[in-house]
Amino acid sequence: MALIDLKKREIYCKIVYYGPGRSGKTTNLLYIYNALPDKFKGKLLTIETKGERTLFFDLLPLSLGKIKDLDIRLQLYTVPGQAIYKPARKVVLKGADGVVFVADSLRIRREKNKESLQDLKEHLMEWNMDIHEIPLVFQYNKRDLGEMGIPILSIDELQADLNAELQAPYFEAIAPKGVGVFETLKTISKMSVRYIAEKYLKQG
Amino acid sequence: MGALILTPEKVTRLEKLLEDYLISAGVSLALLIDEAGNILVSQGSSREVDTTALAALAAANFGATNQIAKILGEEDFSILYHKGKKDNIHLSKIREDLILVTVFTDEVPLGLVRLKVSQLAKELEKV
Repeated sequence: MALIDLKKREIYCKIVYYGPGRSGKTTNLLYIYNALPDKFKGKLLTIETKGERTLFFDLLPLSLGKIKDLDIRLQLYTVPGQAIYKPARKVVLKGADGVVFVADSLRIRREKNKESLQDLKEHLMEWNMDIHEIPLVFQYNKRDLGEMGIPILSIDELQADLNAELQAPYFEAIAPKGVGVFETLKTISKMSVRYIAEKYLKQG
Repeated sequence: MGALILTPEKVTRLEKLLEDYLISAGVSLALLIDEAGNILVSQGSSREVDTTALAALAAANFGATNQIAKILGEEDFSILYHKGKKDNIHLSKIREDLILVTVFTDEVPLGLVRLKVSQLAKELEKV
């Protein structure tokens, strides 16, 4: 659910990075955060449990551009990917205006990707959101591991597993090096802002 | 779920309500936030408080507590209260999608905060 503040002339847009544990969601956010100059970003908030995994979310308000003379502020969140944090993931998804699904290219993570996508669909449904309607981008992360001789899934396989029906935009990525990170962010931001504008600002 | 659209008039009215009911009662900081953790309006001196982070965490805290309530067979818990050495925080659900966050010191009695919050909640329903 977007928040439009006509007094401050700002639109707040919540984007959630979703995906199985260790797929690279936090790495995406850290890369974005470190790459941006201070004037574009707020404080990065990380809550960690033992083992340095994200328990709740990272939050990164960014300011980018304008729409109908309203400033856009993006708030980026990640969810804890590990299975036991299911309720926490549901909480973070509440009010999301866009979702990036970070999939793990490792072949051994194939089932985890599918389970996580199913989990996303269910949680969205619980908040009365439809995965077919909400802006969604896939990011196929860890593409460099193939070159190191580690078995990874082909893009065709990832597409068939996750995106065959949804037909959402997708990007190949190597998150620690920033490959595909900003392309993913740019696309989901554009889609989310367009979604909000079409849904809520038509009459405006 | 629709978007919350805040017109300047609405913001002014909400700010005045927070001021009249909470700040004038001695509360140091009052935020009205939505369920996604966005700040609708805020009033009071925030010192060095990062209100954006506070709002996001407060919303998440509420969401988490909501899940705890479900485990216990409750619909939800409508009030959360955390007591600190200096500052205390009171979170209260206003309607389905709004949360009122109130930060206050020990000089302000909790009972007064609860009374003011419940009076304010009734007023907020009308906005």
